[in-house]
Amino acid sequence: MTGVLAATEHGINDPFVVPPVLELFEFPAIFFEGTPFAINRTVLIVLFATLLAMALMAFAFRSPKVVPGKAQAAAEGLVGFIREQIAVQVMGPEGLPWVPFLTTIFLFVWINNIFEVVPLVNFPATSRMAIPAFLAGLIWLAFFITGLVKQGPRYIWNVAFPPGVPWPIYILVTPIELVSTFIVRPLTLAVRLFANLVAGHIILTIIFLTIQAFLFSGSGTPVGLVALAAAPLLIGFELVVGVLQAYIMTILAAVYIGSSLHAEH
Amino acid sequence: MEGDIAAIGKGLVFGLGAIGPGIGIGYLVGKAIEAMARQPEAAGMVRTTMFLGIAFVEALALFGFVLSFIIQ
Repeated sequence: MTGVLAATEHGINDPFVVPPVLELFEFPAIFFEGTPFAINRTVLIVLFATLLAMALMAFAFRSPKVVPGKAQAAAEGLVGFIREQIAVQVMGPEGLPWVPFLTTIFLFVWINNIFEVVPLVNFPATSRMAIPAFLAGLIWLAFFITGLVKQGPRYIWNVAFPPGVPWPIYILVTPIELVSTFIVRPLTLAVRLFANLVAGHIILTIIFLTIQAFLFSGSGTPVGLVALAAAPLLIGFELVVGVLQAYIMTILAAVYIGSSLHAEH
Repeated sequence: MEGDIAAIGKGLVFGLGAIGPGIGIGYLVGKAIEAMARQPEAAGMVRTTMFLGIAFVEALALFGFVLSFIIQ
């Protein structure tokens, strides 16, 4: 952030200094500095997002009625969407016990993504690898343990040797299946969310920086005006990306869990 | 590596990595729209599968994006 502030202060004389990327994503500790429990801006955003998600759901369902009020109708729409469009559509009726888990993932990721465009916060906590990696690890545990519970120890055998393949092909298929199921799945889950939010944060920083540096700089004003016109579009785009990434994370969790419910045959 | 060559490499990694997924997502969404237009009652299923496919294809481009930062 210091890069952005520096560009603001020196905007006219020293235009458009793009700060080093790490400076946009690393913040100094605020509380408990030097201990393993140091809290910086990212941690505060995560904690606030968690509290906000809990508060929203608790408020919406504080006294459930048969004829829902506004808040309850909105929250029911969200839960119903995840239940019908994600859980049941992907996993069938067996997906119903997973609806709370999927709703939690969706809400947590979505609210963390939205902080990318919230004024004065302007930082998506999901653009630090720790949080996507934690979610991916959680989903990995969910589908791995589901597979072990539903299929027993044969789960790993079923993954490694999909049926209906002539046996010489197993030399090729088995390593691919093992690597893609147990290593590539969580890796892509985490990297997808992380990279989307990092890219969004950098793009928004650059567009805001351009506005700051060029809008009142005299000769560069047209560039600043173009950036000013593009900024709302980009903010809208990032809002869409935030919802879409939360949706994709949730639906992939459902697909992975659904794939370990039954052996392929 | 020297800074200038590294910068070109970063651009190449992301740029070349984005070509394939760009073409792939184009085909994917185009075919999905075709399917939805032919059979609107299957639109929900097609849309879910389309997003799944997009997620897998897009991951390749994002690997390029992340790698471009990892290159020193």
